[in-house]
Amino acid sequence: MEQPAPIVRMSGIGKRFPGVKALDDVGFRLLPGEVHALMGENGAGKSTLIKVLTGVYGVDEGEIELAGEPVAFSSPSAAQQAGISTVYQEVNLCGNLSVAENIFVGREPRRWGRIQWREMRRRAEELIGGLDLHIDVSAPLASCSLAVQQMVAIARAVDIEAKVLILDEPTSSLDADEVAQLFRVMRRLKEKGIAILFVSHFLDQIYEISDRMTILRNGKLVGEYLTRELPQVDLIAKMIGRELADLEKLEGKPPARVAEPLVEASDLGRAGGVNPFTLTIRQGEVIGLAGLLGSGRTELARLLFGADHADSGSLRVEGRRVALRTPRAAMNQKIAFCSENRRAEGLVDELTVRENIVLALQAARGWSRPLPRRRQDELVAKYIAVLNIRPGDPEQPVRTLSGGNQQKVLLARWLIMEPRLLILDEPTRGIDVGAKAEIQRLVVELSDGGMAVLFISAELEEVLRLSHRVGVLRDRTLIAQLDNDDALTTDVLMQKIASGAPV
Amino acid sequence: MSPVGNRALGALTRHRLFWPAMILVALLALNVVFTDNFLNVQMRDGHLYGSLIDILRFGAPLILVALGMTLVIATGGIDLSVGSVVAISGALACLQISELADQNAVGGVLSAIGLTLVVILALGAWNGFLVAVVGIQPIIATLILMVAGRGLAQLIADGQIITINSSPYKLIGGGYWLTLPFGILVVIALIALTAFLTRRLALGMFIESVGGNAEASRLSGIRSRGVLIVAYTFCGLCAGIAGLMISSNVSSADGNNAGLWIELDAILAVVIGGTSLAGGRFSLSGTVLGALIIQTLTTTIYSIGVPPETTLLFKALVVTIVCLLQSPAFRQKAFRWRRPVPPPPVPREGSSPPSAGVGAERQVREEDEPVREETVRNR
Amino acid sequence: MTTDTIATGQAGRFAIPLRYVPVAVTAGLLIAMFTVGGIRYEGFASGQVILNVFVDNAFLLVVGVGMTFVILAGGIDLSVGSVVALSTMITASLVTNQGWPAPMVIVLVLAIGAALGAGMGAIIHYFQVQPFIATLAGMFLARGLCYTIGTDSIPITDGLFTAFAQTRIDLFGEMWISPSVVIATVVVLIAAYVLHYTRLGRTVYAVGGSEQSALLMGLPVGRTKIAVYTISGLCSALGGILLSFYMLSGYGLHAVGMELDAIAAVVIGGTLLTGGSGYLLGTVLGILVLGLTQTIISFEGTLSSWWTRIFIGLLLFAFILLQRLIGARRT
Repeated sequence: MEQPAPIVRMSGIGKRFPGVKALDDVGFRLLPGEVHALMGENGAGKSTLIKVLTGVYGVDEGEIELAGEPVAFSSPSAAQQAGISTVYQEVNLCGNLSVAENIFVGREPRRWGRIQWREMRRRAEELIGGLDLHIDVSAPLASCSLAVQQMVAIARAVDIEAKVLILDEPTSSLDADEVAQLFRVMRRLKEKGIAILFVSHFLDQIYEISDRMTILRNGKLVGEYLTRELPQVDLIAKMIGRELADLEKLEGKPPARVAEPLVEASDLGRAGGVNPFTLTIRQGEVIGLAGLLGSGRTELARLLFGADHADSGSLRVEGRRVALRTPRAAMNQKIAFCSENRRAEGLVDELTVRENIVLALQAARGWSRPLPRRRQDELVAKYIAVLNIRPGDPEQPVRTLSGGNQQKVLLARWLIMEPRLLILDEPTRGIDVGAKAEIQRLVVELSDGGMAVLFISAELEEVLRLSHRVGVLRDRTLIAQLDNDDALTTDVLMQKIASGAPV
Repeated sequence: MSPVGNRALGALTRHRLFWPAMILVALLALNVVFTDNFLNVQMRDGHLYGSLIDILRFGAPLILVALGMTLVIATGGIDLSVGSVVAISGALACLQISELADQNAVGGVLSAIGLTLVVILALGAWNGFLVAVVGIQPIIATLILMVAGRGLAQLIADGQIITINSSPYKLIGGGYWLTLPFGILVVIALIALTAFLTRRLALGMFIESVGGNAEASRLSGIRSRGVLIVAYTFCGLCAGIAGLMISSNVSSADGNNAGLWIELDAILAVVIGGTSLAGGRFSLSGTVLGALIIQTLTTTIYSIGVPPETTLLFKALVVTIVCLLQSPAFRQKAFRWRRPVPPPPVPREGSSPPSAGVGAERQVREEDEPVREETVRNR
Repeated sequence: MTTDTIATGQAGRFAIPLRYVPVAVTAGLLIAMFTVGGIRYEGFASGQVILNVFVDNAFLLVVGVGMTFVILAGGIDLSVGSVVALSTMITASLVTNQGWPAPMVIVLVLAIGAALGAGMGAIIHYFQVQPFIATLAGMFLARGLCYTIGTDSIPITDGLFTAFAQTRIDLFGEMWISPSVVIATVVVLIAAYVLHYTRLGRTVYAVGGSEQSALLMGLPVGRTKIAVYTISGLCSALGGILLSFYMLSGYGLHAVGMELDAIAAVVIGGTLLTGGSGYLLGTVLGILVLGLTQTIISFEGTLSSWWTRIFIGLLLFAFILLQRLIGARRT
């Protein structure tokens, strides 16, 4: 069967930024009616390639062809008009406008210059219905869940008659049902002949939905492959360019532990956050929390850190009752919390790497007792080395680092406090495979050294690999606490999570 | 010029204080041209006199207000009420002194000042409370005091202009001490105090952190609310002291006109000095420079013989020029003809890209972080 | 799917969509103020009292319309008062001192206002200067130009102006309004139409909601931003014309602080300063509140003028607190 002509062809693309060559002679083809995955670690150039295609950046070298015609987009709206639409991870739509408006804004149906609201609502309902979604199109977009918002963004793209749809990390915040729905929609769009470019870190999803994939590494093209012909092991090897021995070294369960209880939560709960739960964390223990998005994992963690106030129950640290009403109080108890939302709740962009690392330590000392600069430099240098933070200049603004390295800076901030309990909320989300392995290894080391770790992750394999015990949350309730013995597998966990969930 | 010299010059011009400093130098140069002996500083009767001294003396209140404003802006906020606080401060102090049996009694004057400053601290804390605890947007929270404050000042003065005759009080704004105008000494002391608190101690880091990302700061154990309240209280205090200076200079309190529009000048001074309205990194020296520019501008206009009505026009011009020069977008479009200096070759692993000044384009990160929304939390 | 309502009253019979609540509260306050005034003062409870507010604040209403556009788009315009004053100065000096025909002067002034606005908008958009600073510069520029034209007040004696100043348009039952009120009403209606029935209006809301998203959605953000500042400049100029009808003079010290009044009216009217949320009706009600406050204080007689400021400050506080509480409930 003859392959259709590519809808998008990029050849010899080169793009430089001051000091770094982001793309070096990269070629890329996208066929109509396919789902094409763009793979690579952070820093590989995926994001740049997309921005070049959608007109956010211009190219230094190379050509882009759309449907056989050479194009050079000067702005995102130019690309959009030509038929390339992008749905970003945080869904760049306007939350204050209604669903219908978001689909049509800028192109509202008019008669003699006057917007026809009823007509717009009708067409919006049609479009949304076509995606198998049934919502009130007059509701403000902000009142819809992220999954629905993504669908609205896709509906907008479909209505603009996009030929190419780029989905940038669309599943990071979706639960399993919502991912399934998204994939159904994607298959339907495929049938219509729309080409879909899919960027994601979730390898299972890539294998489920994509037809072909393009792998980038360090700004260069590694190759283009048919998904069904490339085993996952080879994929990872091509992405990180080294053996999987690093990851595989961590196979096998951690040895069982018997130790003193460190933190005991009894019926600790918060209305609207997590239902009262009872959990005991022992010294040196790694407790994994598994559950779907929205099941209350983060809320549970925040209660243990004093980031939120508990409505009910009590908390004991080393046998003594404490009331953790602020993060400061928790820090005094040697509890540390590394938030999942590292941009919004973790790092301060303005500050340098050094300042970000010492921030919590300085906060614990108060503003009247500054850390001597020499001591700061010592500590920072130590953790940059231990965590392999690159680039290693402590005086550069933290915003210039890649996601994985930013996560390490955040980790350093909490490790420097030498906590007894370290809470990690999705520490490996959205970062490359190499950094992921480093962080996982670190967790094991810390636990061996006597630090208790509460590890929250959506990836069940990761949870199983690291934890002594696993807590399962569903619908904001801690429904099970399981020892991580040989009988515990991802299937068992998934069943626990799913059983009884509303259909 | 050699490549090294070129790069050094480049680094110098990219320093965020470079253009403001140049503007100040230009203004001073204009003054030198038009006024004889502009740069002359003489000692008479044990006091220093001269045009430069005058600039410092008359600019002292603005420097003070701008100093406090810097901290507030650095937290991502703004304080529109400082003008009203200036008026209230002068009115309160003058009211108390006018009711003293002996207006020259140092004790009486000191207690009047003390009580005034206590009230001012409360007003500043009120602003901080609204912003930090109630969670109201700074521009609106301080708008309340801005509007109501003038009314309060009038109320205190009962609609009159209170005049007093007190030499201890006169010292603050109009007197001399150790050869320098007292006001300048107050400013120097306050600058030193602020610099100490923010740079030697960790308060500056906390302010920049709260301004950069308030929630992250809270989760790091910083008491954001406390930092905000301190910033607004301090800003109020600075404005209060400035109010004392202003009313002391004319030995009276005018609830209507004292400190009118000083908040705008103060905000301008802060922005010219390189602190962003969005919060985060701040520069005390930049603010002082900015306030001096504004004050010098007023002086320059008088000395070059331009009608004083045009002061505002020149202010508009200076503001526009400085802000355009600070805007990377403008510099890019205007200086396109100048070829950028090629950066030195950077080895691949483990080293940082060539460091850029604050005004230069950000290094682009190469990964899949979501496009971040630049939110401006106040205007 | 939530429909975002809060129920008032016992059995949830009376539910207002959350986004209309701030405006409803302002309306409620207005009714309360009018009732209290009517009970307390002789002659307060007449329709003319309300109409007088419009007559005395027609110019502020027009300026408020312009400010609403800017704030909805997520910006702010500090120059409006100065542009109003500049308009009066240019009008007075051209009509009285130079003898130009009034209609021509009016058109010129409107053009100047629009041009100033467009200029500020361009600087804000193309050079990424913060709106606060850019419009501050505009304020200095306009006020400076005023003083350059003249430092004293210039009377206006032109026939057209005096006619506008003195004409009363009689409505039913002995009530009357001035022509300025008609002009202001027309402006409000046109503006409301633009905001709700044109693409420009909806783009304004989108840009105010999230400028970044609007950009990525391919909306003409730059054009829209420049447009709202142009509209604001135009409205300020028109407000200045209406003010010259009212005051029959041009003076550099007119409209000092008017931008604060406009912002206060917009805030009291329920529009969020962050942009993207609010209604023009809210601004109208906000101005009514401000005007009625003034009226009450003058009816009270014994209160000195500075109580107005204190009272408005308190009112602002109350409204902001309310907006905050409702907002907190929403999240």
